[in-house]
Amino acid sequence: MNQSLTDQEKKILAREKASRKSNIQRRRISQNIAFTFLWLIGLAAIAILVWIIGYVFTKGLSTVNLEFLTTRPAGGFDGEGGISTTIVTTVYLVIFTLSIAAPLGIGAAIYFVEYANEAQNRSKFIQWLVRIARTGVEVLAGVPSIIFGLFGFAVFVSYMKLGFSLLSAGLSGACLVLPVIIRTTEEALLAVPESYREGSLGLGATKWQTVIGVVLPTAIPGIVTGIVLSVGRIISETAVFWVTLGGSYRLPQNLMSSGRTLALHVYMLATETRAFDKALGTSAILIMIIMILNLAINLSSKYFQKRLSGK
Amino acid sequence: MPRETLDSKLTQIQNEIYLLGSMVEQAILDATNTLKTRDLKEAKRIFEEDTVINEKRFALENAIIILLATQQPFARDLRLLAAMLLVVNELERMADYAKGIAKINIKIGKSDIDIPVRDFQKMAEQSVSMLHRSLSAFIEQNPNQAAAIPQEDDIVDELYTKIYHATIQYAITNPSYMDQANDILWIAHNLERFADRVTNICERTIFITTGELMEMSSNDDETDLSDF
Amino acid sequence: MRSLQSNGKPKITAKNFNLFYGDFQALKEINVDIPEHSITSIIGPSGCGKSTFLRSINRMNELIPCVKTTGKIFLDANDIFTQDVVELRKQVGMVFQRPNPFPKSIFDNVAYGPRAHGLKNKAVLEEIVEKSLTDAALWDEVKDNLHKSGLALSGGQQQRLCIARALAVEPQVILMDEPASALDPIATLKIEELIQNLKKEYTIVIVTHNMQQAARASDHTMVFNMNPDRSGYIIEYGKTSQIFTNPHEKITEDYISGRFG
Repeated sequence: MNQSLTDQEKKILAREKASRKSNIQRRRISQNIAFTFLWLIGLAAIAILVWIIGYVFTKGLSTVNLEFLTTRPAGGFDGEGGISTTIVTTVYLVIFTLSIAAPLGIGAAIYFVEYANEAQNRSKFIQWLVRIARTGVEVLAGVPSIIFGLFGFAVFVSYMKLGFSLLSAGLSGACLVLPVIIRTTEEALLAVPESYREGSLGLGATKWQTVIGVVLPTAIPGIVTGIVLSVGRIISETAVFWVTLGGSYRLPQNLMSSGRTLALHVYMLATETRAFDKALGTSAILIMIIMILNLAINLSSKYFQKRLSGK
Repeated sequence: MPRETLDSKLTQIQNEIYLLGSMVEQAILDATNTLKTRDLKEAKRIFEEDTVINEKRFALENAIIILLATQQPFARDLRLLAAMLLVVNELERMADYAKGIAKINIKIGKSDIDIPVRDFQKMAEQSVSMLHRSLSAFIEQNPNQAAAIPQEDDIVDELYTKIYHATIQYAITNPSYMDQANDILWIAHNLERFADRVTNICERTIFITTGELMEMSSNDDETDLSDF
Repeated sequence: MRSLQSNGKPKITAKNFNLFYGDFQALKEINVDIPEHSITSIIGPSGCGKSTFLRSINRMNELIPCVKTTGKIFLDANDIFTQDVVELRKQVGMVFQRPNPFPKSIFDNVAYGPRAHGLKNKAVLEEIVEKSLTDAALWDEVKDNLHKSGLALSGGQQQRLCIARALAVEPQVILMDEPASALDPIATLKIEELIQNLKKEYTIVIVTHNMQQAARASDHTMVFNMNPDRSGYIIEYGKTSQIFTNPHEKITEDYISGRFG
C-alpha cells in the first residue's frame, strides 16, 4: 500500500506520526506533574494532623492513668485532681441534648422532605413558612457557636432563670446541633429512592405507613451518622457551654446543676491554672473519644450498608 | 429513515423475485415452443434446468427467513415478507408445470399425434402475460392492477375447455391414440393450473396493501367440473 | 368511545379523561374500555403519555404536584376519583420499571402490603407470602431464604418479588410500567410467561417500549400518539393480533414497523 504513496505524502505521514508521539509524551508529563502535586498536598495535610495529634499524645499521655480518669478535679491554681466528673457531665449533657435535638431535628427533616411539598401546594402561607424555616436552618448551620452560647445565656440562663445548669446547656446545645441533625437527616431521606415510596404507596399503604415502614428504616444509616456527628459536636464544644453550663467540677445532681464538660475542662485548665500538662492529658482523652466516634460512624455505616444491600 | 437496512434488503428480494418470475416465464414459453419444434433435446434441457429455479427459490426463502428473524418486521413489512414467501413458492410450482410439459413432450416422443400447438401457445402467452403483470403489481404493491388480472383467467379456461373437448373427441374416434390423448390433456391441464396460480400472486398483492386475505378466483375448477 | 369487540366485560373504563401538568395537557380525551382477565399493552412513542395514563388508573400521578384531571375513570362501575385512594390502590396494584424491593427480608417485602392493611396473624401472613411467591413463580427459588434481604436477589428475581408483593394485597388489576425494561432477555421471558398465568385471576395493563414484548405477551394493544401540542391520545386500540399484522391507522403502521418520524 505504501508504495502507492508519493514522497510528499510520505513526508506528511511521518510528520503526523511524530507529532502524535510528542503529543502523547506531553500529556504524560503534565499528568505526572499533576499527580505529584496532589500527592504533596495530601502528604502535607496528613503531616499537620500527625504533628498535632502526636504533640498532644506525647505531652499529654504521661499524665493519663487510671487515677487521673477516676478522681474528680480538685480545683485550685494547680488544677489538681483528675477528670472523672467531667467525663460523666459530658455523657449527661450529650444524652440530654440529643434527647431534645434528635426528635425535633428528625421530625423537622421528615416534614421538610416528605410533607412540605404537598402542604405547600395547599396554601401560600405554608409555602412561605416552609421557605423561612429552610432558610433558618441553613443560616443556623453557619452561625458561630458563641452566638448560640450568648443566646442560651440570655434566654435560658437569665430570662427563663434556669441559671448555669445542665438544662440551660442542654437546650443551648440542642439549638447548636439541630441544624446538623436536620440537614443530615434531610439528606438521608432524600437519598431514599423515590421508588421505595412509590412501591409502598402503590400497595395501598398510607403516607405515614410509608414513612415509618420504608423511608425511615432505609434512612437510618444517614440519620445515625448525623447523630454521631452531633455527639462529636457537643463533646468538642466549649464556647456555648462556657456561658450556659457554668464550670462547677462537682458531679451534677440534677438538671439544674452546673457542671463542666471535658472540653470546657481543657479550656479552664489551660486558661486558669498552671496545669498545662493536665490540659494536654484531657485533650488526649478528648481526641481519643472523637476518634472512637468516627470509627463508630464508619463501622455502623458499613454494617447498615451490608444489611440494606442484603449481601 | 430508521429502517434503511430492512428497506434495502426488501427491495433486493423483490428484484430477485422479479428475476425468478422471468425465469419461470421463459421456461413455460420454451416448454410450449418445443411442443411445436418437437426438439426433444431442448425439452430435456428445460426439464433439467428446473433445478436452477428450485435453487433460486430456496435461496430466496432463506433470505426472507433471515429477514424475519433479524429484523422482526411488523404490519406491512411482515405481510410483505409473508407474501414473498408464498409467491416464491408459487413461482417454483409454476416452473414445475413447465418441467411437466417438457417431460410429457419427451414421453410423446416420435408419436405422430396431432398436438394443438396453436392453442397451447395462446394459453402460454396469455398465462405469461398475466404472470408478468401480476409480478409487476406485486412489486409495485398496486392492488388495483392486481385485482383486474384474475378475470383474465377465463381466456385460459376457455382454451382449456376447447382443447379438452377436441382431445376427447379425437380419442373417441382414434382409440389407439388414447395414451397420447391423455398426454395432451395433461399438458393443457398444466397450462391451466399455471394460470390459476397467477391468481394467488394477485391475492398476496392485495393482502400486502389491505391486510385482507380473500379468494379472488373468477370461475374456478368448480365450474369446470360441470363440464364433466 | 374506543371499545373493543371483546368477550370480557370492561374492568377499567376511561371517559373523556384529560390530564394536565400545570398548563400542559398531557392526556387528551382518553375514552377506552379495558376488558377483564386479559393483558392489555400500551405502546407508543416516548413522551406520549402511556405511563401517565397507567399511573392515572391507581392515582399514582397525584404524588406529582400540580397534576389536574378532568373526566372519569371507572373501576368496574366505581369512579376511582371519589374512592378512597388507599382502598383504590389495594384493588389496583402496580409493578414499576426498575425492580424496587424494599431493603427488607423477602418475607417482609411480601408481607408489607397485608401488614399495612392491618393483618397481624403470623400464620395467615405466612400463608399469603407462600401463595404470592408461588403465584409469582419465585417460591421454589427463595423458600429456604425467606429471611434474606430482597436486595440480595438477581434483577429478574427482584422484579418477581415485586410482583409477589403486589399479589399479596389481592388486587383485581395489576398495572405494570415497563416491568422488564431493566432485565435481561431470559428474565424478561420469565416475567412474560408469568403474566400469562396471572391473567386468569387478574386484569393486567402493561406499558412497554418493546414492541416484540407487546406482540408476544398481550391480548389487546393500545397505541398512544402525540398531538402537535404534545398531548397524548389513543390513536388505535384493538386485538394485538390485528394491531401487529394489520393496523388500521397509518401512524400505528409507521410506529410498529419502525418508520416513525
